Amino acid sequence: MALQETAPTEEPIAFPFPPPSSLYEPSPEYAELRDRRPVTQVTLPDGKTAWLVTGHAEARQVMIDPRFSRKAASGPDTPKLGLAAADDSILGMDPPEHTRLRRLVASAFTARRVEELRPRVAKLVDELLDRVETLPRPVDLVENFSLPLPVQVICELLGVPATDRHVFHAWSDAVMNDWRADPAKSKEAIEELSRYFARLIAAKRAEPADDLMTALIAARDRDDKLSEHELVQLGLGLLIAGHETTANQINMFLLTLLRYPDELARLRTTPDDIPRAVEELMRFVQLGQGGGGLLRVTLEEVELGGVRLPAGAAVLPALLAANRDPRAFDQPDRLDLSRADNPHLGFGAGVHHCLGAQLARMELQEALRGLLRRLPGVRVTVPDSELRFKSGMTLRSLEALPVTW
Amino acid sequence: MWRVRVDGACIGSGSCVGVAPGHFALGSDNRSRPLSDEIEPDEAILDAVASCPVEAITIEDADTGEPVEP
Ligand code: HEM
Ligand code: SF4
Repeated sequence: MALQETAPTEEPIAFPFPPPSSLYEPSPEYAELRDRRPVTQVTLPDGKTAWLVTGHAEARQVMIDPRFSRKAASGPDTPKLGLAAADDSILGMDPPEHTRLRRLVASAFTARRVEELRPRVAKLVDELLDRVETLPRPVDLVENFSLPLPVQVICELLGVPATDRHVFHAWSDAVMNDWRADPAKSKEAIEELSRYFARLIAAKRAEPADDLMTALIAARDRDDKLSEHELVQLGLGLLIAGHETTANQINMFLLTLLRYPDELARLRTTPDDIPRAVEELMRFVQLGQGGGGLLRVTLEEVELGGVRLPAGAAVLPALLAANRDPRAFDQPDRLDLSRADNPHLGFGAGVHHCLGAQLARMELQEALRGLLRRLPGVRVTVPDSELRFKSGMTLRSLEALPVTW
Repeated sequence: MWRVRVDGACIGSGSCVGVAPGHFALGSDNRSRPLSDEIEPDEAILDAVASCPVEAITIEDADTGEPVEP
């Protein structure tokens, strides 16, 4: 294999890698790099270089160690990989600005608060599946289950009318688009969404309600904890951050389980294992080709995995490779739904650790529970080769998932 | 002085380590622990308490044992 001869001083490797042949395994380049050089220089499509981090310990350090900055990665000179829209959001900040905003919303997303929402989410799952059962088969699971569920949940939490879904969904798609695909369109979508949120905020100012947007408006108007621009950006960030991610995970969890019928059969008989199964599926399923974590930039010289990175170096934590690191997981390429010790990085780590992680976990658990119980014989009606993904997305996102049962 | 504790609910998100550098570390068991038993009161620890997704961090007054946060 060519990599074997590659000394660290040689030509950097081109990244992103060619897409893998299977939906279920990362591109083989990730494992080769992780075994030899878990911190490696790569060349990005714009010709700039970055350090790709494929080891678990190393990727976790990049996400936790404050010397790796998201704010510095949001500057104009750093490579723009995928989700550039994140730059103007909480995901583009460092402490202390980041801490100030995150503290305003953190309490709404704790495990305890999320548990209070579980009965409502279980009911939503049931209602969606009631409707699915009446539709002519095959039924598109994306349109009728995996997307409406997270959209409805976050809308209720924020106090955004879910009936506006058709209004903001196209914008949300465009924002989540890979910036390089169509920068003008992404920018326009952010502006449209910002205007939508400004209107929503005005309406809530006039008529406060018991929801998170009203609480954030009070934090601005009463306590001056954030600027008007931050209020708008935070609201729309919360609205769109969890759509495609959660929907994509529901789809991929189902596809993955259907490929491992023994594991699926065991899970059916032991529904108490669902939380554990969700963690294992979070570890196993890849969010996207790019690796999963956003780019960071070093604020000073840092040693990472035995490599000395200069100040100002662009660093990309490849979460999907970290999640398959044999130094962190026993038999990492095996799907083991009862895996007990599972420090996966599917929700990132450190200050930007997914704000919605506990919420997403609970939604995924209830979605899985509902699908297993209500549609026991569920199967996908097309082969993997005919599954279509939305083009230009930073996340891997299915256009449709036709199922029958 | 404050006494800081991380309880068994910790899921190893690393948020506290990032929010209050120098005060917490993640162990090989994927659990966070305070780096010293007793510390001078510090706003950063309050930030860590507020940022923990599972509310695993508590602070008490080292002398009286009275809870400071949450
Ligand atoms: C299964 C579904 C989800 C996955 C896989 C996921 C994954 C992630 C990851 C990996 C990050 C960190 C990115 C980085 O640091 O480079 C993140 C951040 C974030 N996620 Fe999620 N997420 C999911 C669902 C949600 C939901 C439902 C919400 C709703 C509120 C949400 C809101 C956020 C926010 C606001 C951030 C930025 C946090 C910060 O910068 O402090 N996510 N997510
Ligand atoms: S923030 Fe909470 S869950 Fe995360 S590592 Fe610290 S104590 Fe554990």
